Amino acid sequence: MHALDIQQLRKTYKNGVEALKGVSLQVEAGDFFALLGPNGAGKSTLIGIISSLVNLTEGEVKVFGHDLRTARRQAKQCIGLVPQEINFNQFETPLDIVVNQAGYYGVPRKLAHERAERFLTELDLWHKRDQPSRGLSGGMKRRLMIARAMMHHPRLLILDEPTAGVDIEIRRSMWRFMRGLNEDGTTVILTTHYLEEAEQMCRNVAIINHGEIIEHTTIKQLLGKLDVETFILDLDRPVTDGLQLEGYEYRRLDAQTLEVDVPKARALNGLFRQLEEQQLRVLSMRNKANRLEELFLRMTDQEAA
Amino acid sequence: MNTTPNPTWIGYQTIVIKEVKRILRIWGQTLVPPAITMTLYFIIFGNLIGKRIGTMGGLDYMSFIVPGLVMMSVITNSYGNMVSSFFGAKFAHHIEEILVSPLPDAVILAGYVTGAVFRGLMVGAIVTTVALFFTHLQVHNPWITVSIVLLTSVIFSLAGFINAIFARKFDDIAIVPTFILTPLTYLGGVFYSIHLLPDFWQKVSLFNPMLYMINGFRYGMHGVSDLSIGTAYTVILGFLVVLAAISLWLMKKGVGLRT
Repeated sequence: MHALDIQQLRKTYKNGVEALKGVSLQVEAGDFFALLGPNGAGKSTLIGIISSLVNLTEGEVKVFGHDLRTARRQAKQCIGLVPQEINFNQFETPLDIVVNQAGYYGVPRKLAHERAERFLTELDLWHKRDQPSRGLSGGMKRRLMIARAMMHHPRLLILDEPTAGVDIEIRRSMWRFMRGLNEDGTTVILTTHYLEEAEQMCRNVAIINHGEIIEHTTIKQLLGKLDVETFILDLDRPVTDGLQLEGYEYRRLDAQTLEVDVPKARALNGLFRQLEEQQLRVLSMRNKANRLEELFLRMTDQEAA
Repeated sequence: MNTTPNPTWIGYQTIVIKEVKRILRIWGQTLVPPAITMTLYFIIFGNLIGKRIGTMGGLDYMSFIVPGLVMMSVITNSYGNMVSSFFGAKFAHHIEEILVSPLPDAVILAGYVTGAVFRGLMVGAIVTTVALFFTHLQVHNPWITVSIVLLTSVIFSLAGFINAIFARKFDDIAIVPTFILTPLTYLGGVFYSIHLLPDFWQKVSLFNPMLYMINGFRYGMHGVSDLSIGTAYTVILGFLVVLAAISLWLMKKGVGLRT
């Protein structure tokens, strides 16, 4: 069953901007799905339409089989949304915010309090439950929005850059939480600028650019398309101008640092051998960028070209 | 017997509780200022100036102005609560919490209207209590008194909602109260009987909806009015139906809420 089934979705804003140009997308129930795209690609519009904050111009959106046009209430009941921007009343306490949210979805107040304790505790916010939420840190505010979105036990959780601006330790704890939700059966759609996040967490991916889906596949298959990886090598001594590395393209970043493109068909051994033949020892080596990031940039660059 | 509460009812209750909590949390802004303003009105207009005026519409002047001042408080506070709360939620985007939920438009509207009516009636009760320090009050017909004040409060909550829907900045929520609401209230017979006006201005006054509400309420309290109570109810119910229909239509279309 599809958690989300989008057919030929179009959105043209009043100012004439065509944000979505016939997007079709399916997300299987239980999936952990990445929706990627550069800024202005149409991700937020797409999420806005799914969550009923943006009116669609044309097309069809079904959430667990409920059509947004004909069964909007049932579709909304299935969705939990964690938006990109902070959108709770910062004068209210975290406890009030999550309990009220449950109420809007028809969860009785007693049960809402039980769930609030569970989610606020899991997201390490319980001790802040009675403080005005404007005093929370950026990471806490983001976690509060996740807790809020979970209060009615949605079957589909949409997270729009949930870890933006959050330090790595909290980001990892949020990943654990999201992974746990997915393991418990919640379908998760994630948009993120940290492509490492998508690579680690998601099974399937769609890349949207200029209002169109340019790729819709599994993360594994997508990464399989990566035919070149770029490495940065720190060497033990300066590189001469005439350095020859047959079969590898390279750029000199500084006297002792090289950026080398390594085709998938060629092993790294050949590169090391050639460097050794020229009395150059590799002190350390790292990926220039995350693999998915590299692929993503290539695909969106190709599209732009 | 099924004892599971109706989810829509829970949603409605949640909005009301949230609104009531907000009103009580900022009581210094919501409940105290009207009490102070109206006390000054009673002292200056009712006590000092009123003694020189004598009677109006068959009542001593202080008694005459009490219903008008109570209604003025109810109107401005119902309107003000709705417009500031809803526009504030829109401006800070936390209205999205409700818009993404499965609550029907009518329930969202009803929840906010109930909150605004709560504040309007709270302030009305406070002003009435203050008035008791200055004059003796009696209620001629409690049903008419309560129904008129309740319906009026609902009407101005709905009007505040429409204002909030179209407002884009905080200035926009001050324009209607300043340039429309206040003049219409003052010219709606709070301080005078329209029989004091020349014929032409009496006829012009009949186009002011506040006149019907204030006079209807005055009839409920004192049994005297410049207009028939039937006409007052007709006008009030007419406004109620039209404003409710407009509000629901705006929500359905997502005007000012969805792009």
